[in-house]
Amino acid sequence: MSTAPAEVVSALQGKFAQVAPRPSGDHPAVDVPLADAVAVLRHLRDELGYDFLVDVTGIDWDVDASPRFSVVWHLFSTRHHNYVRVVAACDGDTEPAAPSVVELWPAANWHERETYDLLGIRFEKHPDLRRILMWEGYPYHPLRKDFPLAGIEVPLPDAEVGTLTGVTAKPVPMVGGPFVASVGEMNLTEAEPRAKDESWDERKEKPDTL
Amino acid sequence: MVTSNTDLAYNTKIEDTLVVTKADAVINWLRSSSIWPMPMGLACCGIELMASGDARFDIARFGAEVMRFSPRQSDCMIVAGTVTYKMAPHVRRIYDQMAEPKWVIAMGACASSGGMYRSYSTLQGVDRIVPVDVYVSGCPPRPEALLDALIKMQEKIRRQPAARELLKSA
Repeated sequence: MSTAPAEVVSALQGKFAQVAPRPSGDHPAVDVPLADAVAVLRHLRDELGYDFLVDVTGIDWDVDASPRFSVVWHLFSTRHHNYVRVVAACDGDTEPAAPSVVELWPAANWHERETYDLLGIRFEKHPDLRRILMWEGYPYHPLRKDFPLAGIEVPLPDAEVGTLTGVTAKPVPMVGGPFVASVGEMNLTEAEPRAKDESWDERKEKPDTL
Repeated sequence: MVTSNTDLAYNTKIEDTLVVTKADAVINWLRSSSIWPMPMGLACCGIELMASGDARFDIARFGAEVMRFSPRQSDCMIVAGTVTYKMAPHVRRIYDQMAEPKWVIAMGACASSGGMYRSYSTLQGVDRIVPVDVYVSGCPPRPEALLDALIKMQEKIRRQPAARELLKSA
């Protein structure tokens, strides 16, 4: 039962017909249909020796893409020291869902909570699916492509403190765009990262004409 | 000439056990010499806060080694680390539970202004939610920088009209 990189993909294809290799820069990676995902992962864990779950994460391809979301599992074999990546496209572009692997690896619990929090992918049969980084009741999923980096204004998680201080979670002004450093400048003041567009900042608001 | 005492220092034979001074001087000396910090150590700056309490940098020289995690027993909240919007209401509640007089030191870039985290989840400076007395820049500031801030805090306290404020609130 060897799990040398080239053989893992063919071993999986022998057992599951719809597994396809995926272009990858580092480790062998396979695309699987969502319905087979748990069976493929269980086979990898039990038969092929990939006993260590490294990560469960997700991808938001684009607002207009279909399928919009994919779930990615990274596995590692502690016996053979090989990695493998399993990717499955979620069904549902507006309410993406995927099966949970908590029964296979308990470590998936928090990883799936993070993926749900930041991308909105619901994991079925997860024992405790709630937000982990943002607060419960936060209305958005921040890592989606249509969510701005600066954020959207929401009230603070605690209403009492919000009314006491008058503070809300305001979008942060990006001061005219990303900060870019000048390369090759010897004068360090000029080489410092500065905004691409310096016509507006926190004190001078951006004109609405743009 | 008020007195024939030409000694520079306090001489018990002449002044006995009575020293005449201003209430402000005594109150401010007491307060500034024993600032008990409430370490709100949220991130990496908390490590440097701990380091300033160790033997090499020794915050005990300033009377501030008594790190009281209970807001009821502390004087100065040192916000050391990134404050997220999720954590901000709890920082405010702890500040509200501290007894007067109380002060706040914003330690590090994240507490002062949000630091490198200009995003949807980070409070852009703890001064948006609590009033700050001293800001310390650095990422993280060296323990000596924190001690410098503590000295500035002491100087700030010594300038307070303590007696007037006490009488006003009574």
